[in-house]
Amino acid sequence: MFRYVLKRLLSTIPVLLGISFLLFFMLRMLPGDPAQVLAGQMATPEDIRIIRHQLGLDRPIHVQYGLFLGRLARFDLGRSARTQNPVIQEIWARLPNTMLLAVVAIGLACLFGIPAGIVSAVRPYTWLDYLATSMALFGISMPVFWLGLMLVILFSVILHWLPAGGTGSWKHVVLPSLTLASFVVAFITRMTRASMMEALSQDYVTTARSKGLREEVVIVKHALKNALIPIITVVGLQFGLLLGGAVLTETVFAWPGLGRLIVDSILARDYPVIQGAILIFGLLYITVNLLVDLLYAWVDPRIRYD
Amino acid sequence: MTEVSKEIQLKKAEDRRGHGQWRRRWRRFLRNKAAVFGSALILLYLLTALLAPVLFPGNPSSPNLTRSLERPSWEHPLGTDELGRSILGRIIHGAQVSLFIAVGVVAVGLIVGVPLGLVSGFYGGKIDFLIQRVTDTLLAFPGFLLALSLVAVLGVGLKNTVISVGISMVPIYIRLVRGSTLQVREQVYVEAARAIGTRKGTILLRHILPNVMIPIIVQTSLGMGTAILFAAGLGFLGIGVQPPTPEWGTMLGSGRAYLFNAPHVATFPGIAIFLAVLGFNLSGDGLRDILDPRFRS
Repeated sequence: MFRYVLKRLLSTIPVLLGISFLLFFMLRMLPGDPAQVLAGQMATPEDIRIIRHQLGLDRPIHVQYGLFLGRLARFDLGRSARTQNPVIQEIWARLPNTMLLAVVAIGLACLFGIPAGIVSAVRPYTWLDYLATSMALFGISMPVFWLGLMLVILFSVILHWLPAGGTGSWKHVVLPSLTLASFVVAFITRMTRASMMEALSQDYVTTARSKGLREEVVIVKHALKNALIPIITVVGLQFGLLLGGAVLTETVFAWPGLGRLIVDSILARDYPVIQGAILIFGLLYITVNLLVDLLYAWVDPRIRYD
Repeated sequence: MTEVSKEIQLKKAEDRRGHGQWRRRWRRFLRNKAAVFGSALILLYLLTALLAPVLFPGNPSSPNLTRSLERPSWEHPLGTDELGRSILGRIIHGAQVSLFIAVGVVAVGLIVGVPLGLVSGFYGGKIDFLIQRVTDTLLAFPGFLLALSLVAVLGVGLKNTVISVGISMVPIYIRLVRGSTLQVREQVYVEAARAIGTRKGTILLRHILPNVMIPIIVQTSLGMGTAILFAAGLGFLGIGVQPPTPEWGTMLGSGRAYLFNAPHVATFPGIAIFLAVLGFNLSGDGLRDILDPRFRS
């Protein structure tokens, strides 16, 4: 197991280097002089020279990349052009909000999606199956930001049950997390259905049934256990989708998270914050994928011996 | 029978088989009600986009402030927006904009992704390693975030939306085509082509590309839906297509401010996005069902 974890950890290094490379060149691709962009319109040539020196822009490109990597390793992501606060501070202040939303949403999505997929697979081509698969398809096709607005109209404007935005209590979490969950529940339902249908057609399920085991035991202990890997994969992959969706959901509900920080920073052309927030999103995604891979080895012991 | 006539007979039989196969596929497609419904939605969407100037003559962006935020009526079946413009008219013309985006995005994905996927899968070795590491890096970002990051660098607007969303699709095409190429390159006919000394480029274009087309076609249908969603998302955030261009996401974004007193402004563009994306998703699923034997029930 240890070797597997180590191998998997090492395999993230090229991707991390790739991300750092991408982010480094992102700043270089900006139109004009990055120092000028960071210094703002009113900066004097002396200000620009100082920023250029601070960022190491007056040094050769490979040295600049080395310095950039060094700063990244220390989580020094520079200062926000808007607020002058350290970027890492801006990110840490919002990260818990995004994580809260993401975790609740993925929990809700599993809570609805996995049972819906199981029912769909156990009773294929019945009205229950059609209902679950249609809902899944609707979820995939629906713009998440539009669904969010429709939920606001229904629950905030018409029924006055829940707040339309902001933070503060559990009530504020309900609509954004439901919106975000709808975004991923469809994928979880579809994958659960597909992998459960495959598992249910296997010989060991027939054997379990012929032994006279109760149907619930066959479904949960024999089929679901074996269908878990693709389901875990899709939950892990959906976490990434969820981070993308968080950008839109946080905007709809004025939720002070990382997604909204990125949008506000793009609108204000605050490049250090954009760069830092995107890096953190990338790291989160890689970490989740790593955890998913480790979870595979836990669910299916054959994997760690491969 | 001479050699030539035998060859002609064989060719005719092959043609008949080909037609028969397509006819079977077509029948299977017609039996799939969801796919037929999806295709009907796409047809409606295409007709709306192509006939927009006929369906709603005039400029959909010219304001009429005396009629702002009117509820749906006979004159304006979907009401008017904050500048008094017909929402129906803007949705009809918006179909043109979103079709342009969807086609543009998929074209970027295809033009960049397919050749890279083919080369990566066919040649293998260092070039495959290099392409795959770049793909890994791009895939480390969720698609929408990647598009968002690219917009941050390239700037807002229609052209940059197409490029950004298009590039975010590239890694998906690379992975898909590479995977299929790896399978196809081991087939006997590719081996035979190699054995008779066919040039690698010719093998790639004449033997491998036609045989990896099915997943590409399916992905293109699904990709059009994703492109519309992503572009609408960017428009909604205010960093995609800019007003007064009637883009559905941008319309929805501006309607957000009037949610309490005029909810119709945000409601109808969302329905338009939903129906167009649903059409492409249903058709994509249907196409996969009939074209890809692995998904045949």
